[in-house]
Amino acid sequence: MSINYILKRLLWALPTLFGVAVVVFVLVRVVPGDPIAMMLPPGATQEDVGRLRASYGLDAPIAKQFLVWSGDVLQGDFGASISLRDQVLPLILGRLPATLELVAVAVAAACVLATLLAVLGVYFRGRWPEVAVDGVTGFTLAIPDFLWGLIFILVLGVLVPVLPISGRVDPTGAFDPATGFYIIEALLTLQFAALADLLKHIVLPAAALALPLAAALTRVLKGSLADAMNQDYVTLARVKGYSRLRTLWQVALRNALIPTVTLTGVQFSFLIGGTVLIEHLFSYPGIGNLAIAAVIQRDLPLIQGLVLTFAVLFILTNLIVDMTYSALNPKVKQG
Amino acid sequence: MTALLDIRDLELRLNARPPVRLLRCVSLAVQAGQSVGLVGESGAGKTMVGRVVLGIAPANSRVTGGAVVFDGRDITHLSESGRRHLLGREIAFIPQNPMTALNPVERIEPQMTDVLRMHLGMTRDAAHGRALALLREVRLREPEKVLRQYPHELSGGMRQRVLIAVAFACKPMLVIADEPTTALDVTVQKQILRLIRELQRNSGTAILFITHDLGVVAKLCDHVTVMHSGRVLESASAAQLFSNPAHDYTRALFAATPRFDRPGDLLQPIPAALTQRLDEEAHVLDAHVRRNGE
Amino acid sequence: MMSLAFWRNPRVAFGILVVLALAIAAAGAPWLSPHDPLDQDLLNSFQKPAWSGGDAAYPLGTDSLGRDILSRLIYGARAALIVAFVAALFAGLLGTALGLAAGYFGGRLDVAISRLVDVWMSFPSVLLCIVLAAVLGAGLHTVVIAIIVIDWTRFCRVVRAEVMVQKSHDYVASAITIGLSSWRVLGSEILPNVAPLLLTLFTLEMGIAIVVEAILSFVGLSVSSGVPTWGGIIQEGRLYVNQAWWLMALPMTCIVVAVLGLNALGDGLRAALDPVKSK
Repeated sequence: MSINYILKRLLWALPTLFGVAVVVFVLVRVVPGDPIAMMLPPGATQEDVGRLRASYGLDAPIAKQFLVWSGDVLQGDFGASISLRDQVLPLILGRLPATLELVAVAVAAACVLATLLAVLGVYFRGRWPEVAVDGVTGFTLAIPDFLWGLIFILVLGVLVPVLPISGRVDPTGAFDPATGFYIIEALLTLQFAALADLLKHIVLPAAALALPLAAALTRVLKGSLADAMNQDYVTLARVKGYSRLRTLWQVALRNALIPTVTLTGVQFSFLIGGTVLIEHLFSYPGIGNLAIAAVIQRDLPLIQGLVLTFAVLFILTNLIVDMTYSALNPKVKQG
Repeated sequence: MTALLDIRDLELRLNARPPVRLLRCVSLAVQAGQSVGLVGESGAGKTMVGRVVLGIAPANSRVTGGAVVFDGRDITHLSESGRRHLLGREIAFIPQNPMTALNPVERIEPQMTDVLRMHLGMTRDAAHGRALALLREVRLREPEKVLRQYPHELSGGMRQRVLIAVAFACKPMLVIADEPTTALDVTVQKQILRLIRELQRNSGTAILFITHDLGVVAKLCDHVTVMHSGRVLESASAAQLFSNPAHDYTRALFAATPRFDRPGDLLQPIPAALTQRLDEEAHVLDAHVRRNGE
Repeated sequence: MMSLAFWRNPRVAFGILVVLALAIAAAGAPWLSPHDPLDQDLLNSFQKPAWSGGDAAYPLGTDSLGRDILSRLIYGARAALIVAFVAALFAGLLGTALGLAAGYFGGRLDVAISRLVDVWMSFPSVLLCIVLAAVLGAGLHTVVIAIIVIDWTRFCRVVRAEVMVQKSHDYVASAITIGLSSWRVLGSEILPNVAPLLLTLFTLEMGIAIVVEAILSFVGLSVSSGVPTWGGIIQEGRLYVNQAWWLMALPMTCIVVAVLGLNALGDGLRAALDPVKSK
């Protein structure tokens, strides 16, 4: 995977980003409900409203507003949030690590779980473990991440309170991180008590995100594994003296991953969108949590910044998935 | 002299309704160091014989009679762990299709050194050296380069040579070759066959050659067994079979082989009447076996 | 399709049962509900469900304002079913029309539509949904429009792929050679072959619509608290989950069962209508 290729991909993504930016820009300006009026005390006059609006540049025609905004964005200025009275870019960047950690944990958990279940299902082909895996997968797949979040809150947070259901870290704890990547930092500085606390907080939201993804992955991987096990190179491995487990794990799995990545690649980017609801449900301080409040408050600059951020994350995720595919498939390695 | 591989009255059935007989009372013997050809049309059951010996018969089939004895041991219903020590080490396999038999996501080296390290306990470097030597034996140029390559970077002929090298790697007592040249170009076929014969002679390995090609058998085999619809029709030394075939079917097979030196000749298909008679004989045999209880 | 095997399949049976239950609840809400769903009775708030010690007059208990939960759930089923059906129908119509056009006519039209779908799908759908809901204001129509706008791409992609496969079949070529116009070919030859797939997608889409409605209600962007919706009840329940966990659990169960039922029906339909796989 050359740098050239990556740059080309990113360049290709620019028109998409542009389209996204335009659509959102226009959409939120068509909104009924005036954010400016919401910001001022009830006794404000029309003049005051007009002046404040002008100071945010919202009195100009939409096209001009877009040009101004794009120009600013390209210089790194995403404007100021109307509801949170802070600069948008630092706001987003400050919360981004939390979301990235959540997504990373969810993806890792989903991949591990899917691999284990798929291997289990194929190893016990035709017997009850396979039926169990199929049943669990079907059930889990039907329930979206939002519902899983609710179920976890209800069952594991309230009825049988074993895990915290809000926040990222215990506010009374002694953890004082320097970066936004709490988990990585706790790990590297060997603060195991803090690490345990962080992991306890991330388990439920990550699980809610991971389960539907894991179900989809398991289904596809299991099918691909079963196909791979019928191939000639698997027969040869057996005839060379490989055990059944070794054939499955070492030979078939590597091959089965390739079509799996192709078929399920797009699901990983859906995960990014899922953080909006899950973070809201669990009061997890990431960028998804900002989104709902921003929309309800009609905080235009923040909404624009967030949508753009999500679009970029989408594109990056797809790029990573493609790179993974190239790494796995030697026939594609050149480029 | 006790045979190295002794197949006695082997019966193989498919678990269908009604059950389909794949192998009917098949008996075959391969002596140590001998080269035996197993001939027949497609569907005759010859590949099934090889699969039963290796223990890779279809999952929905089962051996319902007879035995497979290898080196004095009954391996008909061998356990998984028992088979793992046998396969690759004492009995090896040369597959039919070199394009699909190698793992596409692994380089050639691990696909050769795996048997060396697994069965012979070699270290990584020792296995590497032996793999190089093996590739030279199968006449592959630039063996260092080949070891580093992926299967899709090699031609069909090169891949088959690699597979042959893998088969002979642990110096097995028996090699089962399942139509090893069918998937190759005619020009390459001759070279590969010559190679197999040479390796076999040099190492004293016995070889069971499964093929539908009489020409191959004539060139390479000491002994020939002819099969049709799952049973053995004739079994004799190559010399005897080719000069004086006993069974009608064998004669028909010879007649049906196109002659390159007589291109004007009409092709002589195996007479339908003969095939029908053979099928009927097979069913009579089935009924006989059924009546005698099973 | 209407073979006995289809009806005997437990998943299909479950799915049909669920759809029937929803339909009956939706149609018969006024007669089936023991109380008026909007009737408040503050003296009777937070009643437990009847089986764990509550008042038998309120079989599933009451909420913070003393409103009967069973009645609210039944009316919620009505909202869910209407939203699901209408949204799935129009999303299907829009997506299918564009998918047919893209798949059949190909060329620049296909490129344009496919690019549109790509850009559309690179929006995080949840975000788009919420933005739309904020734009359009509260109300069930908002939910329906939001679902249509977001999920038509699902139909479009699948239909396009299927049409391209069908187009390569001989029966299409022969239809064209005997002079049928494109519209005739689409309508009388291709559409009937794509129809089974559409039916499956439709049921799946209904399941998705129910969840989206619940999400929007939960976030407060669906209807006003006048009309009870399952998502709205969950949101209220979330606030009081420590005192009255059943407020959250009961509507969640309804949603889960509805979604599972619709999915089972969709899967069953797909299996039954696929002539290749029906063994």
